Amino acid sequence: MTVKEMAAALQLRVLAGEEGLEKQIAGGYTSDLLSDVMGYADAGMVWITLQTHKNIIAIASLKELSAVVLVKGFEPDADTVALAIQEQITLLGTTEQAFEFSGRLYRLLYP
Amino acid sequence: MDLSFHIQGGDFTSAGTASSQVRRTLKELGVDAAVIKRVVVALYEAEVNIVAHAYKGIITAEISPERVFLQLVDEGPGITDIEKAMTPGFSTASQEVREMGFGAGMGLPNICRNADVFNIHSVPGKGTTVEITIQIK
Repeated sequence: MTVKEMAAALQLRVLAGEEGLEKQIAGGYTSDLLSDVMGYADAGMVWITLQTHKNIIAIASLKELSAVVLVKGFEPDADTVALAIQEQITLLGTTEQAFEFSGRLYRLLYP
Repeated sequence: MDLSFHIQGGDFTSAGTASSQVRRTLKELGVDAAVIKRVVVALYEAEVNIVAHAYKGIITAEISPERVFLQLVDEGPGITDIEKAMTPGFSTASQEVREMGFGAGMGLPNICRNADVFNIHSVPGKGTTVEITIQIK
């Protein structure tokens, strides 16, 4: 499944980095601790978090994650958006909280 | 090939710049992806440690066909009890840093898991030196 297909299926708002919408999704990782994601997420995963500062894009790029989803309607910082565009990391938004969104993504990826 | 970077303590907006540059260089050199992944995790954590705890630091990366050697020398408060600092979950990071999702006490354990050789030496009141070796072959 591509990031674009996930965004459509789960009614996500595209906040930045549309260039990355065709990337394939290899799973998901839900965490707000940056070292947890750094140490344990794998390439191709979608990262679900409430962190909105630009370090999330640096990590997503370094780890080659497919996309970042901000939960609870949180808006990214302006420099987060700028870096997402530069690094071609798709940044998406949902109004749901992490538990609910993770559950819906899990069901979508592993029906 | 040698790369070197100056890191400013407290500058979270630039955190990861050195890791990103080293990753790009390793990719250009055609280094195995699994090796690059380990270098990225270890170096990012060590880089963030300077940003979160030290006043300033210098990172050097020596890349040879056999190994990647990373040395991070900082001027900062140092670590009084390294064994404690290595304990997963232990952190002295400020509340502000924790709210950003850093300072979870996973940095040094992440370095340890990804390095083939990991040395840490600290003088309280002066600074900390971290050396990480990751074998390519």
